[in-house]
Amino acid sequence: MPIDAVVNIVISGLFTGLVYGLMALGLSVIYGVVRIVNFAHGELMAVGMYAAVFAFVMAGIDPLWMLVPLAVAFFGIGYGLQRALVNPFIGRPEHSQFILLLAVALVLVNLLLVFFGPDARGVLVSYSLDSYQIGPLLIDKVRLICAAVALITCAILFAIFRYLSFGKAIRACADNLLGAQVVGLNVKHLYALTFGLGTACVGIAGCLMSLLVDVTPGLGPAYTLLAFVIVIIGGLGSMVGALAGGVLIGVSESVAGLLFTPSAKGMVSFALMILVLVFRPQGLFKAR
Amino acid sequence: MQRSILALVVLLAVLLVLPFALDRYMLSVMILILYFAFVGQAWNVMMGFCGQLSLGHALYVGLGAYTSAALYQHFELIPWVGMIAAVLVCVAAASIIGWLAFRFGIGGTYFALLTIAFAEFTRIGFEHFDWVGGTAGFFLRVTQQSRMDVLNLRGDPIMFYYLALALAVAGFLLSAWLLRGRLGFYFRAIRDNEEAARAAGVNVFRYKMYAVQISGGMTALAGVFFAFYYNNLFPEQIFHISRSIEIILAPIIGGIGTLFGPVLGAAVLTLASEGINAALEALGHEIPGVKQILYGVALGLSIMFMPHGIWPGIARRLGFTRARDDSDA
Repeated sequence: MPIDAVVNIVISGLFTGLVYGLMALGLSVIYGVVRIVNFAHGELMAVGMYAAVFAFVMAGIDPLWMLVPLAVAFFGIGYGLQRALVNPFIGRPEHSQFILLLAVALVLVNLLLVFFGPDARGVLVSYSLDSYQIGPLLIDKVRLICAAVALITCAILFAIFRYLSFGKAIRACADNLLGAQVVGLNVKHLYALTFGLGTACVGIAGCLMSLLVDVTPGLGPAYTLLAFVIVIIGGLGSMVGALAGGVLIGVSESVAGLLFTPSAKGMVSFALMILVLVFRPQGLFKAR
Repeated sequence: MQRSILALVVLLAVLLVLPFALDRYMLSVMILILYFAFVGQAWNVMMGFCGQLSLGHALYVGLGAYTSAALYQHFELIPWVGMIAAVLVCVAAASIIGWLAFRFGIGGTYFALLTIAFAEFTRIGFEHFDWVGGTAGFFLRVTQQSRMDVLNLRGDPIMFYYLALALAVAGFLLSAWLLRGRLGFYFRAIRDNEEAARAAGVNVFRYKMYAVQISGGMTALAGVFFAFYYNNLFPEQIFHISRSIEIILAPIIGGIGTLFGPVLGAAVLTLASEGINAALEALGHEIPGVKQILYGVALGLSIMFMPHGIWPGIARRLGFTRARDDSDA
């Protein structure tokens, strides 16, 4: 196989992986602070994808224009979800939390099925097929844009947690919940903000992903599993880990598709997940 | 205690004569209820008794089903022998997962995610396993249903009804025996406080392994039943995570860690699901997805307002248990 073809595939996997990473980042942030595994994560991603496709089909709006409105809307959804449903479940056993979010996931996926049907839907923008030629390398324009937006979003999220007061307050809750309560932080509100931020990441990731693949309701559960794989590999609760894990899975998926049959690529991901869980449960990119 | 045993005997008597009063459709619903009662019971041993959350039990159903079906199809081995092989395969799989998890100290959410990963890994593996059909599916020889062939498990649904009933009763008795015995006390000690159990001298690793192995072996039998009842196996269906979730709903809704919970939950959920189907059909709303939405809402509401399931409340009202030892009902 020519080496430049391999490099092209790796680069395309890397760019897709950054979008995966953004999706997983949402899951990781929520787990890191609220300590709840969002089993409806991929389903929210599918909702974001459908929203972008819907706006494109109905009004011809480029998904890139939908990024900010969707981020705001998803922030609201996440905030509301945490306040109304998840918050009473904090402190309950894990299987209870799991069933609750599973119920949310079931409702979301089937609402999509009822409204949009089982057929795959996609977006075809004017620059969908454009690509840049750099020497022997061929880089898809859409993929490059998606990767850039994913990176910018991550940078914004990092900045929020580093510099804004509410971001620091959220980190305080994650580091020492009792201490945070003692100094008078409104933990409920901060948890809801965290859930909102995590969901906003998914909204943006879904919007970007609508440019890369066609969406079906069945993608929801598949992305939930994918997000689990990524955050476990990167380290549950670690932000950098989620991003790095996303890139690793994006690249390994495209390389596995090249080496074996494409349908077996999931096996590589799950095998990686098992290995990491057993030998390095804190994740590849996180100190214990 | 006396009253609950009396109630059980009456229930069993009713279940024994029930097929003669049911039409074909209701018989299939009853078979489903008994199947979910048994497989829920199996899961309950691991989670309800010992506190190890598995979200990948479809793995054992699938391995059990494929093992017995492949032995039957390729080597003409009767399912009663294949069953033993299926149990051995699943106990081995459970041992591998348990050993990896417990040796390396993986618990809680991480353990649940590990079980998902194994189930999904195996699902994709079987999709590329051509000896048993891969994605195209694996089909068992079907014979005339009128011919009753118990040795090969070929025949009328009534036979499968009694088979499912036997499984459900055996699962119930095994769970009851486990709960009353030494093993059950070790399991619950580990569930309630692992560190304290260890400090009290319980060999935590060994008993967690037992829980996983018993649960996996029981679920293997459910897989054998599944294979010979439905006659076709697809990795995408049998190993899928939605199957694993289906398995755990009955015990959670019925009452986790209780003996009657899985049975009651299976009955409630299956009847509710069939009821929603019938109601939607009558209303003419047969849009795919509507049923699952109602199901999801019901699930969410029940976990919100009855976190311990349906059974504990009923048991107290019927006077089967004192309020304080719900979990041992």
